[in-house]
Amino acid sequence: MDIVEVLADAIRVAIGPLAAAYALAAVGLNLQFGYTGLLNFGHVAFLMVGAYGTAITVDQGGPLWLGLLVGVAAAVALGLLFGLPTLRLRADYLAIVTIAAAEVLRILIRGPGEDSLTRGVFGIQRFGNDFFDLNPFPNGEYGIGRVSFTERGLWVLTVAWALVAVFTVLVVLLTRSPWGRVLRAIREDEDAARSLGKNVFVLKLQSLVIGGVIGAFSGMLLAIDRQSVNPDSYLPVVTFAIYTVLILGGPASRLGPIVGAVLYWFVIQFTEGFAREAIRAGWIPESVLDETDIGALRFALVGLGLMLLMIFRPQGILGKREEVLIDAQ
Amino acid sequence: MPSETAAPVTGVAPEPGVAKPDPILSVSGLRKSFGGLVAVHVDHLECQRGTITGLIGPNGAGKTTMFNLLTGFDRADAGTWSFDGSQLEGMLAYQIPRTGLVRTFQLTKALAKMTVLDNMTLAATTQRGERLRECLVRPLWRQQEREIEARADALLERFNLAHMRTEYAGTLSGGQRKLLEMARALMVEPRMLLLDEPTAGVNPALLQSIFDHVRELRDDGMTVMFVEHAMDVVMGISDWVVCMVEGQVIAEGPPASIATNDAVIDAYLGAKRTEEAQTGGGG
Ligand SMILES: Nc1ncnc2c1ncn2[C@@H]1O[C@H](COP(=O)(O)OP(=O)(O)OP(=O)(O)O)[C@@H](O)[C@H]1O
Ligand SMILES: [Mg+2]
Repeated sequence: MDIVEVLADAIRVAIGPLAAAYALAAVGLNLQFGYTGLLNFGHVAFLMVGAYGTAITVDQGGPLWLGLLVGVAAAVALGLLFGLPTLRLRADYLAIVTIAAAEVLRILIRGPGEDSLTRGVFGIQRFGNDFFDLNPFPNGEYGIGRVSFTERGLWVLTVAWALVAVFTVLVVLLTRSPWGRVLRAIREDEDAARSLGKNVFVLKLQSLVIGGVIGAFSGMLLAIDRQSVNPDSYLPVVTFAIYTVLILGGPASRLGPIVGAVLYWFVIQFTEGFAREAIRAGWIPESVLDETDIGALRFALVGLGLMLLMIFRPQGILGKREEVLIDAQ
Repeated sequence: MPSETAAPVTGVAPEPGVAKPDPILSVSGLRKSFGGLVAVHVDHLECQRGTITGLIGPNGAGKTTMFNLLTGFDRADAGTWSFDGSQLEGMLAYQIPRTGLVRTFQLTKALAKMTVLDNMTLAATTQRGERLRECLVRPLWRQQEREIEARADALLERFNLAHMRTEYAGTLSGGQRKLLEMARALMVEPRMLLLDEPTAGVNPALLQSIFDHVRELRDDGMTVMFVEHAMDVVMGISDWVVCMVEGQVIAEGPPASIATNDAVIDAYLGAKRTEEAQTGGGG
């Protein structure tokens, strides 16, 4: 078997657009869940409305920049839709509403036929041409050996990681400020914050909306990279993958989302490649595992990894151990 | 120093619901029941500006519930109450501290995962850095933050917490958390404090220093109402004492009048007798 190729593949995915998009989504979720304690179980819906906002606008003849604005506006609207009715209530209401509303929204997008705005199950394609027209990189292969990208891939990567950097810095600045201090107070005890005159509702709403807009950028990024949106890419499992990334990296840590996303995709891709090679080489008998099981295997391994993490390093890779220990008291 | 010398509550009859010359807090017809249980039923209660009022009463008398109602943490069935010119009923919990009325909790709410200093600086009001539009630009709020920190440090010194400044509040002892909560409430710069059992678990020497501080605050014009079970503490520091039993104010007056009030003695001895009977029966 070619272990070098398996490794190279895993590295390419771990630094690729998919990992960057997950990192970005996790940066948004980190603001909501990590710093504010909001149980947003419908994060995938922010990715979806961002992607669809862009795709539909371009599909209807609008320019891409307008599509991006529409995507952001849709995320703001969704944040308000999630937050306004629930954020005055107990924390669980947000969890219930987000997980249900995200799925309802997906089904609504999926429902109508090909002639509709969303084009139903067919989805929308080729709306990102304006983005690729801006590509400054000349034709060619960029990278080292097997870990290389075409000029198109490099352009997406550059923009993707630049977005991750910008939003990471934004969240750092936000959470370091007195505004972020109120968020941390809310995360721990809303009533304490209220008793000191803090408008808990408004701050939670702000956090939810900002985190959602960051999520929308992740969705737009992925959709433009693929030049395609399809309702079936926005299943609830995506939200939980983003949670996995965040918990892996360490909630409420600055670089946790990035470390988490890179590691997550590395492990997923490496497991898949390794298992496939091992089956081909006959190390694993077909009766135990065949190639169609690999998809399930990698998620089982992620689950196992998360459990081990919770037991041995509950704060994630970059989180603060003291904070978790205080919880245990 | 006997606190009576500073007490401006002179010439007021020691009767439940009596009007005060200059009330900062005034409560009327306040009612709250949980199912069949009437937890609070206060016909009228006024709190004189610039005094320390001790609120006493047996367990379950409704003291905490009254604080919750007054500060918007629980919804009253009926009643009106005003604080220093603002009508408070119908206000949300976070709006009430902004009028100058701040409470602490019987079950301490120190923010364990934040440092002691962060607990303090958090509490300062009208921070520019808490506005979303300004928080990203540090120069806009750096100066104010420094001033807030200086104020926090002075209070931490006062409350014997300065050495814990950078520790997580979760590492504080129970008594220290009580102190932190009280110091934090002062960061709001309130005109009146409602302290729910501020002394539970605080060592007596420090307690003295805290109450000295409370007296100083009062002499600077602050009004304090505090719940306390230790009679000697209540009698020693209060200008006025209010006694609640089963949701109602059964007596109020200067400490000396309360100590000899039959209804109060009955309520307390009654409670004590039952307690003794219970522990006697159990042991
Ligand atoms: N949320 C609630 N639901 C039901 N009953 C409640 C609730 N809160 C308080 N009570 C009841 O109201 C009564 C008054 O309780 P409260 O906590 O105000 O007493 P307290 O005077 O503060 O007592 P303590 O001195 O023990 O703190 C009690 O009988 C209590 O059981
Ligand atoms: Mg109580």
